[in-house]
Amino acid sequence: MSTPSAPSGSLHAVRVTVNGRPEALRVPARRTLLQVLREDLHLTGTKEGCGVGTCGACTVLVDGRAMLSCLVLAVQADGRTVETIEGLSRDGALDPLQQAFIAHDALQCGFCTPGQVMALRALLRATPHPSLDEIRRAVEGNVCRCGAYPRIQQAALEVARAAEGYR
Amino acid sequence: MAREATPATEPLRVVGRAIPRHDARDKVEARTLYAADWQMPGMLHGAVLRSAYPSARIRRLDVSRAAALPGVAAVLTARDVPRNVLWTDVPGQTSEVGPLRARLVLLADGVVRYQGEPVALVAAETPEVAQRAVEAIDVEYEPLPGVFDPAAALAPGAPRVHEEGNLLARWQIRCGDVERALERADVVIDTTYRCQMVDHAYLEPEAGVAWVDADGVLTIRASTQVIEHFRDVAEVLGVPHNRVRVIAPYVGGGFGGKEDVTVEVFLGLLAWRTRRPVRMVWSRQESLLARAKRHPFVLRYRTGAARDGTLVAQRIELLGDAGAYAYLSALVLLYATVTACGPYRVPNAEVQARVAYTNNPPTSAMRGFGAMQMVLGYESQMDQLARRLGLDPVEVRARNALHKGDRLPVGQQIETRVAVIEAARRAWAGLGPRVAPRTPHHRVGRGLACNIQPYGRIVWLHDWASAWVGIEMDGSVVVRAGVPDIGGGQASALCQIASEVLGVEPAQVAIHIADSALTPLAGTTTATRQLYMSGNAVLAAARELRARVLEVAARLLEAPPGRVELREGAAVAPDGRRVALAQVMKECARLGVPRSHLGVYHAPAGDPVDLARGGRVFPDYTFGAHAVEVEVDTETGAVAVLRHVACHDVGRAINPQSVEGQIQGGAAMGLGYGLLEEVVVEAGVNLTTSLGTYLVPTALDLPDVEPVILESGDGKGPFGARGIGEPPVGPPAAAVANAIEDATGVRITELPITPERVARALGLLESPAPGRA
Repeated sequence: MSTPSAPSGSLHAVRVTVNGRPEALRVPARRTLLQVLREDLHLTGTKEGCGVGTCGACTVLVDGRAMLSCLVLAVQADGRTVETIEGLSRDGALDPLQQAFIAHDALQCGFCTPGQVMALRALLRATPHPSLDEIRRAVEGNVCRCGAYPRIQQAALEVARAAEGYR
Repeated sequence: MAREATPATEPLRVVGRAIPRHDARDKVEARTLYAADWQMPGMLHGAVLRSAYPSARIRRLDVSRAAALPGVAAVLTARDVPRNVLWTDVPGQTSEVGPLRARLVLLADGVVRYQGEPVALVAAETPEVAQRAVEAIDVEYEPLPGVFDPAAALAPGAPRVHEEGNLLARWQIRCGDVERALERADVVIDTTYRCQMVDHAYLEPEAGVAWVDADGVLTIRASTQVIEHFRDVAEVLGVPHNRVRVIAPYVGGGFGGKEDVTVEVFLGLLAWRTRRPVRMVWSRQESLLARAKRHPFVLRYRTGAARDGTLVAQRIELLGDAGAYAYLSALVLLYATVTACGPYRVPNAEVQARVAYTNNPPTSAMRGFGAMQMVLGYESQMDQLARRLGLDPVEVRARNALHKGDRLPVGQQIETRVAVIEAARRAWAGLGPRVAPRTPHHRVGRGLACNIQPYGRIVWLHDWASAWVGIEMDGSVVVRAGVPDIGGGQASALCQIASEVLGVEPAQVAIHIADSALTPLAGTTTATRQLYMSGNAVLAAARELRARVLEVAARLLEAPPGRVELREGAAVAPDGRRVALAQVMKECARLGVPRSHLGVYHAPAGDPVDLARGGRVFPDYTFGAHAVEVEVDTETGAVAVLRHVACHDVGRAINPQSVEGQIQGGAAMGLGYGLLEEVVVEAGVNLTTSLGTYLVPTALDLPDVEPVILESGDGKGPFGARGIGEPPVGPPAAAVANAIEDATGVRITELPITPERVARALGLLESPAPGRA
């Protein structure tokens, strides 16, 4: 079974903005941000690959920084802004990273893809024109067992080289 | 990428184009609902109690405390399973394979044979309660002596893993007079190699949801490569096959690890008992602990050659570790046996292969399936031979490579082009100018490894696939095929083929896959068979449909039927007049001409072969070669792969982008196997149950693998394609080992090639190597 929360008596109030939408939740102290996203908010785009911070599949942005949502307690997200893969495409228009992933065939099974995209989004927000080395380091914690690494890096490079930068 | 231009036998519009994959948009938006993303009202959560011991008797198993916990809906043990033993033929196949049938115990019945073996199942209102219930099951174990090494397992007096003894399967091949040929050889290379147990480690752990649907049909939506497991679930429950339905959503990686049953039967049992939807998701720890893995092998190779490098004889002894249950071990060993001599002419050959039960984690299917482990053996031998005789590594392979029409040692004649020489030359040349070492203590070297890998299932299985292709009234196309898509672009390739034949854009094709109740059965997504098998089935269906449509269209256009074409969603006459497909469909409807067709493809079939007498075993093979350049740090033993060129003849690249992805991904997995990965098992206890200890390569561990696609047009798949899913995983480890000898002069014979192993070989460490478990 996927990582269960430890039993807990009391619930804690958490106010968190997810993909621009304010959410008011009551959660057990041990519930992770990943569990809240997937099970309570039904945002299943964020994946659980290991539950213990070793694969990167659950990467989301917390206040703009890439974080492993399986290692963040929901109560720690109180008052913060969380962005998940579901927040990227708006009104049917894809994010440049998503477009580049399609163009470079930067995925196979697709299970690590949301985490890869979110890790790169955090990089490009902070560093609009990163080098290949910076790109590799940004996704070094995101395992792709299908081995699409070179294609993921090429997709990211294309976005990094865009003159207008990344939004 | 480099791509060999070959004259197409027919002009192709869509096949051969690097178009975006059908499933790509959903995946980048994360709209794809994988197995664990599915929720249902009133859903329970399933969990498995697993054995803590690798070998023990269960003296007492008491579930009463667990069953009494609030929120627990069911606790099941062996006695609750209507039929607790599954006789697994090759998954998904309908023909029996006699001696290859394997007995699988679903829930331990009195005895546990490996650490992590399922003992009991729980369904509860929340995952937390399910976990508490698992921990509240009282089990009293009496540890028993176990056996943890296949050689020890075959020694007299070894503890028996199963009553029938520890030898699970044995195969042998003999051709010519090996004894005499080895005596007369100018040179004999005699080396023993060892390859390790590894894990599939797909990112998506095993998961699924089951519920009892309308009309009492048990429906299981699970991450699987084999929807035909509906039959296994039905057998276990004792219900008719037509009351179980398996749906495979897009799978988050399979690599063979989702070929045998994982969660399917457990979900079925829990949903059937509780009559409520049940979800089961294995943790990463559970997946690494208990699911079947890749076979470790000990490979002893003796290769005799003439002074000019021509092979004269090979004697090979193989010993594999099956772990505690048979699963597909007998078949994996068969693949190993048939391909053990590699893609070379070996006039006198003997292969003796055995696989033994131990109390280690079970081993079964994994990408490359026995054939990939052999590459370390035959390609190390070729390189050692070249070095001994002072020959060029490409030249020694070219001198011995198989050609179309040659026979493998098993007696099977190769019916298609063998591009080994071309692949070896292209890969080797692709390395470009040699890189200079960075420091005086670094050494740079190059290695080459070729391989042979079957695609499609053993001919005895009479393999077949079916697919349905139809045209809707508006001219849009629908494909239905029971094909699980495990990330290789399986569904997308079928769209591309239908699009090619029916003259519509790929985006105008909708495909419905992998539902055992609603899509025609296509067989498993394993054995590098889906593009080959289902590609041919879709091609057959689409061609039949096209023939009918063209006949009707020709009448509408008042043109000769043989001269009308389908393109851009219309039927087009030689003079350019056109009628839209929608219009043709209306006419078909008026005339009662069917607007769909069920295509069936039958692979070449044959009778079971006594390998010692020989015959045809596989439909065909894919050939390739990888070349690597490595840098070895002679102070630490660390190895960095600087360049990697991977070349395979894929017959025809239906989507070159997907083919490149398969080659790069296979090479990445092969490099992980060669350099990093090992399931470490000590006295049956798995020490690598997290991705922190089981090391999968990351973006920083790998070079950019350069794929080189050869298109001979000479394969048995659609448009002359060959399978490419498994082949690229084979060569990297051997290529790296060969490059290390080129760089440093030391030969590494054991995987993975860790810095410690290299340092030992270089004489940097004085302490003896720790004993193997």
